[in-house]
Amino acid sequence: MVTAIKKGNLHVVRLVVNGEEHAALVKSNTTLLDLLREEFDYTGTKKGCELGDCGACTVLMDGKTVNSCLVLAVEANGHTVTTIEGLERNGELDRLQEEFINQAAVQCGYCSPGMILSAKALLVRNPHPSEREVREAIGGNLCRCTGYVRIVKAILAAAEANS
Amino acid sequence: MIVPEFEYLSPQSVQEACALLIQYGANAKVLAGGSDLLVKMKDGLMKPAYLVSLKNLDSLKAIRYQKGAGVIIGARATHNEVMNNDILQAKYRSVCEAAHSMAADQIRNVGTIGGNLVNAVPSADLPPILIALDSQARIVGTSRERTIPLEDFFLGPGKTALESGEILAEIIIPDQSTTGSNYIKFGLRRAGALAVAGVASSITVSDGTCQDVRIVLGAVAPTPMRARQAEQVLRGKKISQELIDEAGRVAAVESKPINDIRGSIEYRRNLVNVLTKRSLKAAIEKGHV
Repeated sequence: MVTAIKKGNLHVVRLVVNGEEHAALVKSNTTLLDLLREEFDYTGTKKGCELGDCGACTVLMDGKTVNSCLVLAVEANGHTVTTIEGLERNGELDRLQEEFINQAAVQCGYCSPGMILSAKALLVRNPHPSEREVREAIGGNLCRCTGYVRIVKAILAAAEANS
Repeated sequence: MIVPEFEYLSPQSVQEACALLIQYGANAKVLAGGSDLLVKMKDGLMKPAYLVSLKNLDSLKAIRYQKGAGVIIGARATHNEVMNNDILQAKYRSVCEAAHSMAADQIRNVGTIGGNLVNAVPSADLPPILIALDSQARIVGTSRERTIPLEDFFLGPGKTALESGEILAEIIIPDQSTTGSNYIKFGLRRAGALAVAGVASSITVSDGTCQDVRIVLGAVAPTPMRARQAEQVLRGKKISQELIDEAGRVAAVESKPINDIRGSIEYRRNLVNVLTKRSLKAAIEKGHV
């Protein structure tokens, strides 16, 4: 892994976000969450508990879910990150996003980006999950509105569309 | 919530990392996955001036089988890497299951097996099963390397046998005659919950007789603890339901739980009784280690 170049108290980090190369000067204690939101303006990534409990800040790093509030920006150097903004392709929403709308799985919407990215990681590694596997995959994403029923339905519907 | 400022150091070798730990002493902390350390720093419980990142040390990430030694797990392997590893799935699936029982996908993708051990939290899920499987800890320092039984690694909550400038490099699960093993945890939810109590067991059964057994209790003592008296109930005896019941009762008595927000002493003793029986039964019946 390439180490970020140091400039005084700052580190130069380069990473690919949603298919585009990005670079920034960050402090040691900057989190990936703050880098994405404040520097790169990917504000779809939400700031919730900031302690790795709620999953609102979930992004995909090299295809795997991480809580971006617990990843140092300097440690994201050289990695590939996908935020919710990166799921859309040529103006078309990802099937998961479509199904979240179709199934009314969004209420306040704060958990939705993280929830959808956790679901995305699941469907990539397991295109036809059981309901239990869906529930387990979103175990690290808290929703305080929906009671999860419609979220689970939406993810299963998107999986169904895979077949 | 802001991570207090620190200087980020990224050594290129284990030796360099150990040297930095010696140089900065108590002002430095090792950064592996960060899922525990960064939370503590945000909470203001820790304010290290230096973080020594293990990110570049890919040699600490491998999981491999070495003839004569056993399965060697690099301390930087994440919980999901442990859970999905083919060698572990084939040889010690119980370790994969224990890794799977932890936290949630986001944390399992960054949290490491080494971090889970070095934090020495009494409720940690990996120590009981690893101790039940007689694992060893390979510790590296600037001037020497040593391998100790994992059982001796834990000295108290947050306290380990690591000395200044030492890093936990690998966990070794030696080849063994064990016929079955199991870790069972009781948490208040399925995801993201710490164990109120956890019990791991490994057993060698031949012709219905218990040749050897290890029972390790988690979250009911300052460190993961062997339930040696309960083991004694079974060792060398013909296995029966009565014997398993007796082992559960004995384990509950020898456990040393405390009252805390997750459970009372009485409740935890009851859990130890029930979980010990279930863990032993599973280890005997499920037919894999």
